[in-house]
Amino acid sequence: MEEVVLPTVSRVALCGGTHGNELSGVYLVRERLKRKVEEEEHISVVTVMSNPRAVQQCRRYTETDLNRCFTHATLSGPVTDKTPYEIVRSQELNTLLGPKGSPEAMDLVCDLHNTTANMGLCLIAYSDCDWISLHIYRYLQRQMSDIPVRFIHFDLPLNEAYSLDSVGKHGFAIEIGPQAHGVVRSNILSTMQEGVQQMLEWVRLFNSGTPFEGGKVDVYTMVKNVDYPRDFETRGITAAIHPQLQDRDFCLLRPNDPVFQTFSGETLKYTGTEPLYPFFINECAYYEKGIALSLARQRSVGIPSIRSEREGEQGKRKSSAEEMEEEEEIKGEMEEEGYQKLMEYGEESDSLNGQYK
Amino acid sequence: MTSSTNVSCFHGARRVAIFGGTHGNEMSGVTLVNLWIQNGKEIQRKGVETKPFITNPRAVEKCTRYVDTDLNRAFTTENLSAPSGDDLPYEVQRAQQINEIFGPKGSPEAYDVIFDLHNTTSNMGCTLILESSKDHFNLQMMHYIKKAIAPDSCPVLLTEHPLLKYSTSRSVAKHPIGLEVGPQPQGVLRSNIFESMRVVLKHALDFIELFNEGLEFPPCTVDVFRVSEKMDYPRDTNGNIIAMVHPNLQDCDWEPLNPGDPMFQTFDGTTIRYEGAGTVYPTFINEAAYYEKQQAFVTTRRETLAAGAIKKA
Repeated sequence: MEEVVLPTVSRVALCGGTHGNELSGVYLVRERLKRKVEEEEHISVVTVMSNPRAVQQCRRYTETDLNRCFTHATLSGPVTDKTPYEIVRSQELNTLLGPKGSPEAMDLVCDLHNTTANMGLCLIAYSDCDWISLHIYRYLQRQMSDIPVRFIHFDLPLNEAYSLDSVGKHGFAIEIGPQAHGVVRSNILSTMQEGVQQMLEWVRLFNSGTPFEGGKVDVYTMVKNVDYPRDFETRGITAAIHPQLQDRDFCLLRPNDPVFQTFSGETLKYTGTEPLYPFFINECAYYEKGIALSLARQRSVGIPSIRSEREGEQGKRKSSAEEMEEEEEIKGEMEEEGYQKLMEYGEESDSLNGQYK
Repeated sequence: MTSSTNVSCFHGARRVAIFGGTHGNEMSGVTLVNLWIQNGKEIQRKGVETKPFITNPRAVEKCTRYVDTDLNRAFTTENLSAPSGDDLPYEVQRAQQINEIFGPKGSPEAYDVIFDLHNTTSNMGCTLILESSKDHFNLQMMHYIKKAIAPDSCPVLLTEHPLLKYSTSRSVAKHPIGLEVGPQPQGVLRSNIFESMRVVLKHALDFIELFNEGLEFPPCTVDVFRVSEKMDYPRDTNGNIIAMVHPNLQDCDWEPLNPGDPMFQTFDGTTIRYEGAGTVYPTFINEAAYYEKQQAFVTTRRETLAAGAIKKA
């Protein structure tokens, strides 16, 4: 694949406490704010405690889930004195770190989370072709040997993307489990500290001009959620995650594999026809959202080599429509040799489009 | 040692209650009790009235530990004798109601046995909680349960302590028994934890049935862990936690902690070591609900209690 040149990732936001009882992020952000870590070589990092009220009460949220408040609709909705705290806060955060979709937004928003599910370390994002995020993912995978590192892709367009990380030009959540909510486990906190460090190191290297070679990475794309079996009248759950599925996030679930065990001991099996990868198995916060587990397809995604723009250089984009438009604009300005080079690149990228889009 | 002259005679255990949802987000107890309220066949035993009961329904509905104040600390003499009223915290009102139904605490009318079902984020396995070292009936029951689930273990935590003992919902009964099963996150139902609790309760009810049928239980000894000292997280002058449970101590409930062993780890990686006089056995290590109670873990000391022979009168 042809190398892609991208703008530097010069403004990074590190957010914790988006859910007030997911303590690794809370403690990490608290420590950074205490030590006043801000300016680092080649990048500026803003550290944010997203939901201070929920953090203070050690609850996921006070009125509504903050991490569902970042759709365009919610961000642009009117605010009255009856507006839930978290919606007011989401608009504040959008002003601070966005506005979402605009050129002023943070280059990278990284949001720190924990899960009660046995998911190791996951980067969660809305795009499977954001090369910055995918290169960071690959870098983390290579640098962190103690824990499995995976990439989960929720296929949603930007305006429907509902989480805090969608506010930045690039963004993802770092989700680490298993950890009970309201608890800080030293090993999980160390893992998160290392993940953040390695991510910032990648950004530093990228911004200083280091090229990163392309290749292939595995991505899990979310397909569907599965709810608990529930009592028809009370809506109370009537089964628990089966012991053979509990803690087996990312172990392939095949048709007829056990999924639930009812309270009378009966096994309920997976009735889908396609084998899929389960994740967020028995996440505490998802009982109220009607999710016992989520299911994903695994795919191999090709990523191009990338490097940051040098001063004065204009980044090449891979959208063929944009490139053609650019070509037309630049054509009149470039001298013969330069134009020839652009044409060669344009031809190559057309043939590669099928591979990585 | 013969038992014929030294047998304590107890009245039959006729009225038994099983409490779930004393903490609304400890899901095994909530689920089991709701199940048994719908269909109580599993918990019926000859000659016993076994009543499953959700103690804190408002907290259960919100899936939170408590609404105003911790119900499992609310059964103090002061609270129970306070004039009732809507201005009292919800859980204090609830404690008074529970005391009326299952007590009064300390009186002959109180329920014979109450099992109180709890979960913990700590790696405590199936722990039985004993409030009095002189409760021979409970000691015999715990001895029976331990034998029944062997080789799996069932540690017994003795909370008899002038300062650390707390006024539990089960303390309304003549023979209160706490069941603490973990590790399980709050708000989560794990099927293995659920089944463990169910099995322990089954054996407990079997014991009661055998006792009521007239079986004499010979003298026995029970190894217990007596609560000793509450250990808080290291904090700064503003009260913020500055260190976490050390990775060497995390999940090591009931294992020996020796002087000099790692205990906490600060956020910059420094180890803080245990500086007690002798070996202790920590438990409730890193329980989520205890951060606000200033407790990282509690130390215990091993003790062997003797229970005399018992028989129904």
